[in-house]
This record gives sequence, C-alpha cells and structure tokens, in this order.
Amino acid sequence: MENSSHTVVHDHYDAEASKIGMWLFIFTELLLFGMLFVIYSVYRFMNPEAFHLAAEELDTFIGAVNTIILLVSSMTIAMSTTAIQKGNKRFTLLLLVITVILGIVFLVNKYFEWKVKFDHGIFPGSEMLTQTLSQGEILFFGLYFIMTGLHALHIVIGIVFIAVVMQKVAKRKIHAQRSALLDNAGLYWHLVDIIWIFLFPLFYLLT
Amino acid sequence: MSDEKKHVVPYRVYVIVLIALVILTLLSIGITGIELGKYTVAGALIFAIVKSFLVLTWFMHLKYDKLYIKLMVGFVFAILVVTIVVTFLDYLYR
Repeated sequence: MENSSHTVVHDHYDAEASKIGMWLFIFTELLLFGMLFVIYSVYRFMNPEAFHLAAEELDTFIGAVNTIILLVSSMTIAMSTTAIQKGNKRFTLLLLVITVILGIVFLVNKYFEWKVKFDHGIFPGSEMLTQTLSQGEILFFGLYFIMTGLHALHIVIGIVFIAVVMQKVAKRKIHAQRSALLDNAGLYWHLVDIIWIFLFPLFYLLT
Repeated sequence: MSDEKKHVVPYRVYVIVLIALVILTLLSIGITGIELGKYTVAGALIFAIVKSFLVLTWFMHLKYDKLYIKLMVGFVFAILVVTIVVTFLDYLYR
C-alpha cells in the first residue's frame, strides 16, 4: 500500500544552473560578434577613406531611433523579471507584450532602411556595388549587411523566445518560484541590446 | 538552491538606468558630430563601453549575482579585449 500511494515527483529545476548555461551560450555569441568586430576594425584601419565615404550613406536618425527602441525594450523585459517576483502575472505579460512589439518595430525600421539601400542598388553582389564602388566600400557594405542582418536574426529569435515565455507565464508554468526561463529570455534580449550598442556607433556614427 | 532568496530589483532602478542609457546615446551622437579627428572613434567606443557596462550590471543583474559569475563574464570580455589589442599590435608594427 505504501508503494502505490507514494509517487516520487522528480523536480528538475535549478535556477542557478540554468543561469550558468545561459551565460555560457551568451559567451559563444559574444565571441561570434566579437570576431566580426575585429574584422570590421581591421578593414576600417586599412581603408579609412572608403569607410568614411560609405558610412555617410547610412541614416543616423533611423539608427538612433532603433537604438532608443531597443534600450526601452530592454527596460521592459528587465521590469518583467521584477513583476514576476512580485507575483503580478498580468503586468509581467503586459511588459513582455510591449517588449515583443518594440522588437517588431525595430525590424520594420530595419526593413525600410535596407529597402532604401536596395533601391539605390546597394546589396551584396549588386552591379552598383561591385562595378562603381571601391574595394573598401564593398567591404563596408558587406560587413554592414552581415552584421546588422545577423543581429536582426537574433531579434527574430528573441521574439520567438519571449513568445514561448509568455505562453508559459499565462499557463502559470513560469511564476515567482520558477522564473529561470523568463530571466534567461531577459539575458538573451539584453545581449542583443549590447551588440546593437556597439553596432550603432561603428556603422552609423563614425563617418 | 531554488529556495534561495532572490533579489527583487525595484522598477524605478530600471527606469533610472534607461534614462542614463538614452542620455549617453544622445551624447555619443553629439560628440561624433563634432570634428575630433582620430579621437572620434575612441569617444564613440568609450560611450558604447559605458552603456554596455550599465546593461550588464543592472539589466543583466550582474550586480546581484555571485562573484564567480561576475568573474566569468569579466574573463570573456578580457579575452575579447586581448584579441583586439593583439590584432592591432600585429597590424601597427608589421
């Protein structure tokens, strides 16, 4: 009788281990983008004039707007980690919705920014790029598309990650005592923010 | 381990950090607009480093994390800095 009535529930939850796992993943991301920044710096060092000319093509205003959007979205997801600890489910969800909306607005801005470049004939492998621009300018735009493109892909993944977290918060699978997944979504989103903090001055401000 | 008391950060801390980040962004736009020659790159990078420090410390909760996590993060950033410095030593003195 004792055997049948007593079921052991295995509880695989370790917030600290989850956090370490997320940080280890973030380190690989930092090295990935870090090496791209090294490539950027070396090419800039070798082609200062071309990088100066090419960077003038980028719209500082739209870059600045996107910077502010990402910074605000980082604040809202950081606030949601406080809201869940306070047991305020509705406010947590509201903050996550705002974060996702801001992420989408960022991508829409990015779409229009890239569209202007495409309309001017500037895209990887385009005739305009390879025929009329200098080697340095080709390198600048190559890095611009690779680095902002890879960053935009991270935004898309972040939005999906947050959407999964929202569903779990709604179903009460994530709550004050089990918030590791929400905390990790926050860490990921902040990483994407930090990468943009460096992309913005390097591509848009330094002309 | 999961019974450990978690540090709950007040909302206003995040608002203050955001305001600081926005001000630093606007300052960095302002400073790169001025003709500073070769110091423009250094100026823009210093602003970016300060901003990412704020994000890491408060948004990413490193301020409230255990020492070994802080050390790990510091170590990885140190590797990045060393890589960049060594690369440039190579390009500057070859």
